[in-house]
Amino acid sequence: MTPRDGAIVSLRGVGKTFENGVAALDGLNLDIAEGEFVPLLGPSGCGKSTALRIIAGLSEASAGAAAAPAGNIGFVFQDPTLLPWTTMAGNVALPFTLGAAGNSEPHAAVARALARVALSEFAEAYPRELSGGMRMRAAIARALVTEPRLLLMDEPFAALDEITRFRLNNDLLAVWQELRRTVVFVTHSVFESVYLSQRILVMTPRPGRVFAEIAIPVSYPRDERFRTSAEYAGYCRQVSDALSHAMGGAA
Amino acid sequence: MTRTKKDRALRIALPLAMLALAVLAWDLVVRAFAIPPYVLPSPARVGATLVNDAPLLWQSLKVTLSIAFQGFVLAAFGGIALAVTFNQWRIAEYSLYPYAVILQVTPVIAIAPLLLIYLPQPLAVLACAWIVAFFPVLANTTLGLNSVDHNLVSLFHLYKASRWQMLLHLKLPAALPQILAGLRIAGGLSLIGAVVAEIAAGSAGAGSGLAYRIAESGYRLNISRMFAALLLLSLAGVAIFLVLSALSHMLLRRWHDSAVRQER
Repeated sequence: MTPRDGAIVSLRGVGKTFENGVAALDGLNLDIAEGEFVPLLGPSGCGKSTALRIIAGLSEASAGAAAAPAGNIGFVFQDPTLLPWTTMAGNVALPFTLGAAGNSEPHAAVARALARVALSEFAEAYPRELSGGMRMRAAIARALVTEPRLLLMDEPFAALDEITRFRLNNDLLAVWQELRRTVVFVTHSVFESVYLSQRILVMTPRPGRVFAEIAIPVSYPRDERFRTSAEYAGYCRQVSDALSHAMGGAA
Repeated sequence: MTRTKKDRALRIALPLAMLALAVLAWDLVVRAFAIPPYVLPSPARVGATLVNDAPLLWQSLKVTLSIAFQGFVLAAFGGIALAVTFNQWRIAEYSLYPYAVILQVTPVIAIAPLLLIYLPQPLAVLACAWIVAFFPVLANTTLGLNSVDHNLVSLFHLYKASRWQMLLHLKLPAALPQILAGLRIAGGLSLIGAVVAEIAAGSAGAGSGLAYRIAESGYRLNISRMFAALLLLSLAGVAIFLVLSALSHMLLRRWHDSAVRQER
């Protein structure tokens, strides 16, 4: 893989071996350009999440070099990971509470972030009073509130039902088109990655590395018509085949 | 009447009916066998003692409650502070935790006589109340501080939270349900600790708490006063439990599953 100009995330030969001897990543190379929306697609336990944690600086690579913008990164976990003892507004304001700098006044930024994910009227509600999809939207609002250059998402919609998942996919695309931030999105769903992205990185099982790179040159905005088109089905088949090759043809 | 309303009425009515039955049986036994009051006083006589000795018993109740309260407050602050220290500073945990356990497993009734030798009596009683009450606070707070969601910890690292922010904005609030559970146990135990120390001090003690009253009345064969004092101690224990449960409910009702009534 050749390095790209203007890459804001760049991993070179990154390996990660845990203390228990499990090699999660080995020789992982990837480049992500400013403003791109890139899914890391692979089977469960292929080290995708580990790669994301290394990019975020939450974990250290045991080999290779990782370059990513320091600070001002948004992160969305598989679970909403909200503070249950505070309101939606309090949760979204957390980065500011912990001293993160925003581009604007914190109050206004929180209100804007909540509005963006359609949670304005639930600002004073506690997480347990809302549905799983709403909690996930709050987690996205929290990640976006500091207007980060880089948004990292670790299978954020895996625990949600399909209807909610489709909705949040659309919401996420709308936000991405509006803000044009760089998004790295870990998923094990072929359909989700094709729907969302311009370029998919297919990973091998553990130890994970990039097996294939598939471009999805379809213009945005994408909607339900794209989701039901033959073109979409074609890409899904292509990505599915790549994924099954990555897994050694077993699947 | 709906099912839940009926259920609630039964929950109040049934224990009251049991109480009435027990008191009635007690009264009948005393009458039927003509048991003398210095062996077993009738319920009416205990009631009369409660009224006649009210000033004395009230004074003693205040003494015992005050000691239990002080012991509880010290145990609450001491237990939480120690747990936070252990959490922040592993060396302190390794050095001191075994001794906290030893202090807990050694029966306080066996420690009390020694404390009474070295400390003035009120202080010794307070020390006993503290010793028995602080461990559940320490153990529960430690558990709570250690069971914070890993992703939330990662999130706080991502936003470069300081140690202090991590403690104040994440670990302590996350541990609150466990801390409150510890406090609820500690409330009852502080009363037990105070009573145990007063009994150990016995007639030699200059104290005037309820347990001292019970010991003293025992020596004088004033059985009905023993019953009256015992009744007051039980009521005090129930009151402490109710107050702490209400506090816990108030603090957790918006966000914790334990405090939210689920509609079925």
